[in-house]
Amino acid sequence: MTEVALHAEGLGKRFGRTWALQDCSLELPAGRIAALVGPNGAGKSTLLHLAVGLLRPDTGWARVFGRDPRHDRDALADIGFVAQDTPLYPDFTATELITMGARLNRRGWDAGIARDRLTRIGIPLDKPVGRLSGGQRAQVALALALAKRPRLLLLDEPVAALDPLARHEFMQALMGAVGEYGTTVLLSSHLLADLERVCDHLVLLHTSHVRLTGPVDELLAEHVRLIGPRLPDGAAVPGVAEVIRASHTERQSTLLVRTDGPVDESRWTVHDITLEDLVLAHLGASAGATPSEVAA
Amino acid sequence: MIEFVLDGRSRVATYMQLVLQVKQALRVGLAQPGDRLPKVRDVAQALAINPNTVLKAYRELELEGLAEGRPGVGTFLVRTLAGPSLAHHAELREELVAWLGRARAAGLTREDIAALVDTTLRATPDRPPTGGT
Repeated sequence: MTEVALHAEGLGKRFGRTWALQDCSLELPAGRIAALVGPNGAGKSTLLHLAVGLLRPDTGWARVFGRDPRHDRDALADIGFVAQDTPLYPDFTATELITMGARLNRRGWDAGIARDRLTRIGIPLDKPVGRLSGGQRAQVALALALAKRPRLLLLDEPVAALDPLARHEFMQALMGAVGEYGTTVLLSSHLLADLERVCDHLVLLHTSHVRLTGPVDELLAEHVRLIGPRLPDGAAVPGVAEVIRASHTERQSTLLVRTDGPVDESRWTVHDITLEDLVLAHLGASAGATPSEVAA
Repeated sequence: MIEFVLDGRSRVATYMQLVLQVKQALRVGLAQPGDRLPKVRDVAQALAINPNTVLKAYRELELEGLAEGRPGVGTFLVRTLAGPSLAHHAELREELVAWLGRARAAGLTREDIAALVDTTLRATPDRPPTGGT
C-alpha cells in the first residue's frame, strides 16, 4: 500500500462561534501533487495551518506521515510550508535567510539546494528580498522551503499575486523540484486552469466542509456531462449515482453527473469534462445548499 | 534529443500528447532507437507539468515496446516506427506539396483540404485488394 503523506479524520477548527473547518477527513497518498481548491473562506488556509501544526484542532486530528505535527518534532522536520504572500523578512538578503534557515533547522538543512536553485534562475543572493520582485520573492520562499528537504510541501496560494510569467516560472521550479526529490505537495489556489496540468489529486472545500476529494483521473473518469431530451422532473437516470448540476430548457436537459454504471448512450450524448468543469459544478451545486457562514 | 511542446488548447490528455510527439518523431526519423528521452525532472520543469504525467507517458511508450527504462541511466528508445517506408517520405512529400498547390488553386481552404484527406482516408481500405494504387 502507498504511504499516506497527510491523513485527517474529523478535523475541525472553530474561531469564536464560527467553524472555519468542520468534519474534514482526507487521505493524501505520498508522491501526489494535490490541489486544495475552494472559494475564499472555505477553510483552505485553516486546513493548511492545522496540517503544519500552527493551529490546534478543536475536533479530530491530522497526521503527517503518521505523526502528529503539534507534538512530534520529527513530523515538523518532514514538513515544508510556504504561507500566503510568501512572508519573508524584507531587510534580509537571500543569503542571510538561508543562514537563518540553517540555525532554525538543526537537522537536514541543505543550504546548497537553496543557493543553487536561486543562482540557476538568476536571483540575486545579496539584495534585501524586500527589493526583489514578487516573482523573485516567491522563488526565494520556495527555495528556502526546499532546503529543508521536506517530504510534504504545503503551499498557500503561492502564485495568486504573481503575473502570468512569474506564475509559470514558479510552477516550473516547483515541478522540477518534485521531479528531483519526489516531494508530496498540497497546493491551494484559485487558478484552476493552472492546476489542470500540475495536480493529480484534488481536495475541494466548500463552506468549511470537504465537498470532494480523490485522485483527479478517477474523479474525471466517473464524472461526465450528459446532454439529451428533457428529463421529467424527479426522474432518475440509470447509471447515475448523483446529479451534481442540472439545467433544462423546454426540450433539452444538460446534466453534470457522477456515474456508477453505464449510461444509456442512445438517449444521452456523453461528454468528458475537465477538472475546471468538475470544480465549478461542485461549487455551484453546493452554493445554494448550505448558507455560507464565513465572509471572505 | 526530443524537445516536448504542449498544445494548450488540445483536448488530448497531456501524457498522450508526449507519447504522440515521440511517435511522430520516430515516424519521421527525427528520433531513433538508442536515443535517450529527456529526464523526467527536466520535462516537468520545462513544461511546468506534474512529473507523474511524464512518467506515465514514458511507461506507455515502454508498454508499447518503443522505449526501455534503464535504472539509474534513463529511458531509451528501442524501436522505430519509420520502417522501410521512411525512404519514400521525401518523394511522397514533394508530390503532396504539389497536390496541395493544386488544391489551393482550385479554391480549397485548409479545412476543406483536411476534411477531404480525412474522408478519403476513411473511405479507402488500408490495403488495396489488388496491386493497384
